[in-house]
Amino acid sequence: MKILVAVKRVIDYNVQIRVKDDGSGVHTDNVKMSTNPPDDNAVEESVKLKESGKVKEIVAISIGEDKAQESIRKALAVGADKGIHVKADSYIEPLGIAKILKKIVEKEKPDMVFLGKQAIDDDCNQTGQMLAAMLNWPQATFSSKLNIKEKSLEVVREIDEGLETLEINLPAIVTCDLRLNEPRFASLPNIMKAKKKPMELLNAKDMGVDLKNRIEQLKVEEPPKRKAGIKVANVAELVSKLKNEAKVL
Amino acid sequence: MSVLLIAEHDNSKLKPFTFNAITAASKIDSDVHVLIAGTSCENVSKETTNIPLVKKVLVCDSPNYQNYLPENLAPLVIKVSEKYDHIVASANTFGKNFMPRVAAALDVSQVSDIIKVNGPDTFVRPIYAGNAFATVKSNDKKRCVTIRPTSFDAAEKSGGSASIEKVEAVDIPSTSKFIKREETKSERPELGTARIVVSGGRGLESGENFKLINDIADKLNAAVGASRAAVDAGYISNDHQVGQTGKVVVPDLYIAVGISGAIQHLAGMKESKIIVAINKDGEAPIFSVADYGLEADLFKALPEFLAELNKLNTIQK
Repeated sequence: MKILVAVKRVIDYNVQIRVKDDGSGVHTDNVKMSTNPPDDNAVEESVKLKESGKVKEIVAISIGEDKAQESIRKALAVGADKGIHVKADSYIEPLGIAKILKKIVEKEKPDMVFLGKQAIDDDCNQTGQMLAAMLNWPQATFSSKLNIKEKSLEVVREIDEGLETLEINLPAIVTCDLRLNEPRFASLPNIMKAKKKPMELLNAKDMGVDLKNRIEQLKVEEPPKRKAGIKVANVAELVSKLKNEAKVL
Repeated sequence: MSVLLIAEHDNSKLKPFTFNAITAASKIDSDVHVLIAGTSCENVSKETTNIPLVKKVLVCDSPNYQNYLPENLAPLVIKVSEKYDHIVASANTFGKNFMPRVAAALDVSQVSDIIKVNGPDTFVRPIYAGNAFATVKSNDKKRCVTIRPTSFDAAEKSGGSASIEKVEAVDIPSTSKFIKREETKSERPELGTARIVVSGGRGLESGENFKLINDIADKLNAAVGASRAAVDAGYISNDHQVGQTGKVVVPDLYIAVGISGAIQHLAGMKESKIIVAINKDGEAPIFSVADYGLEADLFKALPEFLAELNKLNTIQK
């Protein structure tokens, strides 16, 4: 079997976001970037499946500026076989990203596409589901456990009420939850080896798909700040404040 | 033009967030129509006709929709959506699962997780775990929008008299099979809509120690939440997780115990009206959003807290 795994380079999850004064977006210059966390889980799951012998080949794809290749190299360093970088210099909405991925799927013919369940920058939570619709494939979103069978996939999903188990036919789309696995770190020798693995370079504007963004970002602003609170000395004072000052008890 | 809301329900009644989504839908357009797709869901349809903000209820009662599989639900929504400018649903695991499938099939760029309606095409949505708010304008002709339920009040439940229209089911693919759903049953209020939430983090050190949290929650008639660290460590099940990729809660009172306050956790609770933090690390970031911070060992503070609560004559329910 073959897996296509999609990774996105985003502002690192530990960075405190700063909104630009002119309201045009957030500061990204000299800000630490890394792979979107659940995308790391998607890569890890692919590698585990390859190690178990169920999967033969893993292709890692990223769409974005040149530095998106860092996220592809990271996937190659932990076990992906080949990278595809689709260069795009400006922001593409999930709809456009899904259209590009569809083109790649038609060419690469994977049995499964793994993606993170959500990107932590735009928090859209759309790409995997959109790709599934465009390919008319079944989907398993928020997956926390996978069991690959011959022609299907048994998946446990995290839902608001608890857990849900589905069986979906292959080919299929899987969006990965943070609890699916524990992503590994790449060893230095493997990072070196990854530099020799093949990387196909494409350009988003040559993909033959409509990438025009439909959503205009009018303004980005800081959320309202909470006013500073106080520290209480002990539990009795806390309960008294909650009862008499905040009046919530 | 009318707005079509896809209701979330369990075939016997509407899920609470549907009422919040109805309020949001009515701010987009006052002609709110609600689609109930389910199996033997007459009671849900009746319940929906009573909501004053709802003008029409579309019902598709078919075995196809028993388990809300997105592969089955999306084609129905697409068919029904022909007459509508807006298709909306809650931005929870229900709406997040199927709405992008609808949007992609209609070649629409979805607007996810809105917290404010500025006009029929302009919305405010949080990005970067709520550390920035983006005002966005959708230039698509048809608009697919998911709504953050906790940012809108719940709609009135009675006094309405919407009409009911039956909708035929559409063919479904056979590529996806529902096996089972394991729902965490609890006597406590639902996390998303509870007036008070008591949450535990890694500081609890074990699943057994969550009893300390549960005891406080029972006393306050509160829901129990958790940080991702506590869920990852197996102290408590995933449906309790509060945060960027868990649930967003906006209770009157949020009590964070043994939670350091990572950006991702704050994203799920910092809009709460009153926040209390109990943590032994006085430098923990959770104190920066807390109205009342108590720097203390939770294993000592929680039993004391319960004892103090027991001394109160009355506690609001």
